[in-house]
Amino acid sequence: MDMINCTINGTPVSVPAGTTILEAARTIGIEIPTLCYMKEKNEIGACRICVVEVTGARTLVAACVMPVSEGMEIKTRSDRVLKARKKTLELIMSNHNCECLACDRSENCELQTLARNFGVDFDTYKGEKTEVELDDSSPALVRDDSKCILCRRCVAACRTQTGVIGANNRGFDTTIGCAFEMKLADVACVNCGQCIEACPVGALVEKDQIAEIFEAINDPSKVVVVQTAPAVRAAIAEGFGKPIGTMGKGKMVAALRRLGFDKVFDTNFSADLTILEEGTELIGRVQNGGKLPLITSCSPGWIKYCETYFPDFLDNLSTCKSPQQMFGATLKSWWAKKNNIDPKDIVSVSIMPCTAKKFEVGREEMCVDGLADVDYALTTRELVKMIKRAGIQWDNLPDEEYDSPLGEGTGAAVIFGATGGVMEAALRTAVDVLSGQENAEVDYKEVRGMDGIKEASYTVGDLTINVAVASGLQNAKKVLESVRNGEKNYHFIEIMCCPGGCINGGGQPIQPNWVRDTVDVRGLRAGVLYQEDLDLPERKSHHNSAVMDIVYKEFFVEGPNGHTAHKYLHTHYVDRSKTVK
Amino acid sequence: MKKKMSSVPFNGTPEQEAKLDAYIAEHRAEEGCLMPIMQEAQLIYGYLPKEVQIHIAEKLEIPAEEVFGVATFYSMFNLSPKGKYQISVCLGTACYVKGSREVLDKICEILDIQPGECTEDGMFSIEACRCVGACGLAPVMMVNGSDVYGRLKASEVEAIIEKYKEFEREEKEYENMG
Repeated sequence: MDMINCTINGTPVSVPAGTTILEAARTIGIEIPTLCYMKEKNEIGACRICVVEVTGARTLVAACVMPVSEGMEIKTRSDRVLKARKKTLELIMSNHNCECLACDRSENCELQTLARNFGVDFDTYKGEKTEVELDDSSPALVRDDSKCILCRRCVAACRTQTGVIGANNRGFDTTIGCAFEMKLADVACVNCGQCIEACPVGALVEKDQIAEIFEAINDPSKVVVVQTAPAVRAAIAEGFGKPIGTMGKGKMVAALRRLGFDKVFDTNFSADLTILEEGTELIGRVQNGGKLPLITSCSPGWIKYCETYFPDFLDNLSTCKSPQQMFGATLKSWWAKKNNIDPKDIVSVSIMPCTAKKFEVGREEMCVDGLADVDYALTTRELVKMIKRAGIQWDNLPDEEYDSPLGEGTGAAVIFGATGGVMEAALRTAVDVLSGQENAEVDYKEVRGMDGIKEASYTVGDLTINVAVASGLQNAKKVLESVRNGEKNYHFIEIMCCPGGCINGGGQPIQPNWVRDTVDVRGLRAGVLYQEDLDLPERKSHHNSAVMDIVYKEFFVEGPNGHTAHKYLHTHYVDRSKTVK
Repeated sequence: MKKKMSSVPFNGTPEQEAKLDAYIAEHRAEEGCLMPIMQEAQLIYGYLPKEVQIHIAEKLEIPAEEVFGVATFYSMFNLSPKGKYQISVCLGTACYVKGSREVLDKICEILDIQPGECTEDGMFSIEACRCVGACGLAPVMMVNGSDVYGRLKASEVEAIIEKYKEFEREEKEYENMG
């Protein structure tokens, strides 16, 4: 490979040809500030914060897009550079809603950090501001364009999903919005929240429901029960400044108790339940000539995408509700009865790495006998805020265990949080059931890892099962199109809406872009889950005693896919193909 | 100024759609084909109705937002049809200093639309234009490019608009009789 020699602030640097100044500076530990840049996703050189001085060049150049050349002399901290960056920041600020004190992103805002680092004067340019409208139409997301700095990072993130947002109008009138200035709730937005993760400022946030939860907790007539999804434990500690890849389960459970939840349960319980239901459905469809491939239904962003863009695949979707909804349905039926509680008095809360779960809980299909399975779905970030609001000191919390019996989960359940996890969990059970014996092999490494599309084939007896795993909606689209045109012949497909699966969900703590560019955030978070899988005594869903020996014996008595299970744990889908896409 | 979608009902014909589809089929494989296709659509329909933008997006398999983003970025794309009576008010230098801005504002106020838009009944559209070469008559407005009104005062435009509404009523009555 051709190497290019240049100097950065006098330090010699040798990097492969094609490397940008920004990337070259990273190799010697200099982080050139950026606002619009996202490596390989948004390289548009628009914000001009990354400008550097190059000897001989007429103007300052954008380090994020300018490749180094032989002999180039680069200055990243000359007076000219620092003045230009400060001026640009002041111009951005002149059209920014600087209500930083109570902003959701305060202390985690890339613009605020730069304003502080550059000693920016807020009052340099005063004048008119772009006319904008708050969009709180969506059940999951809120868009506040008064804080938008037009970096287009959300647009780039959305393009890998549905592409429903973009820049409208021009010049001073430019805003980020949907086609025909429609509201987010009225277009094909799947509520995945990847735009929130990409936003450097507070222009995109989830719909905050913290006040409602505190109100329920403080109401003595309510029994407030919480479940936490597997991926939450892999990231929540980041919200308290801990390194990426820190396991937060024990402290999180302790914090939830101190917040006043009456019971703290684990969505892992119903992830195992899902495997029993979905595995049975898969085997049934394979053996009885049912509709194949079977496609997983855990991810509400994916479900809405399928309903909108691929309605011809609705019969391929598993009829299983997601683990969140299965949990809620079991809670308000079997658990309520067992504990002599009127299910109307239960407030069912979930903590999810996901913003689309807020949409899912409100779907009318997600009710049994007029009762919503889950009343509120909160994001990991909202739980972090609740813990801080209550003054609970994360570092001083002990590690505690989930309540019994709905806090029991296996290793198969915990890996649901990473792409390929549901597939691997299903295989662990399906292979045992099909072969009629306990197989020692539990690791299906072909379906692990952060690739957007993974494929494998497994043979059990005389049956060969072809599987595919996709995460990120543009990858899902590729897989579905290959099935539709007959190019591929799969039996079972796992699809997760967010790239990398739930560990990278739109409700997870937000890492600044330079961290996401330089650290394998998804891999580190997934590592937490695969470690817990290894550490747990049971690693197959059909070994979950709460599932097998309690709820199936006492309540879903006809077994998986039986009559009672169908009433509480299965659902149907809606054709949304008429939505503006 | 922000562009607004028209609320005038869409009444495209199958012939128009076929013409657009033929053009799309011919050019869709070319890189950067979106803008030429949108220009062609505007030639066919006179403007870019929502239905046509969605149609283009579906045909090209791109998000509708991408089409709308381009349509609102370039001033050459119209989101509103032209009215049966197209009013142009000259904002050239001579007209401007003689008060054409007030004339334009008054028309906008009477018709309750902005320059570039069309009334919901499809009757009137307004646009601000540059010098029409009649500076001696400043300020000037034109209707359908042929009826020229000069040395205007804002207080006079209501009567002019009323005249076209009267034409319209007479035409309707005539049709009903016939």
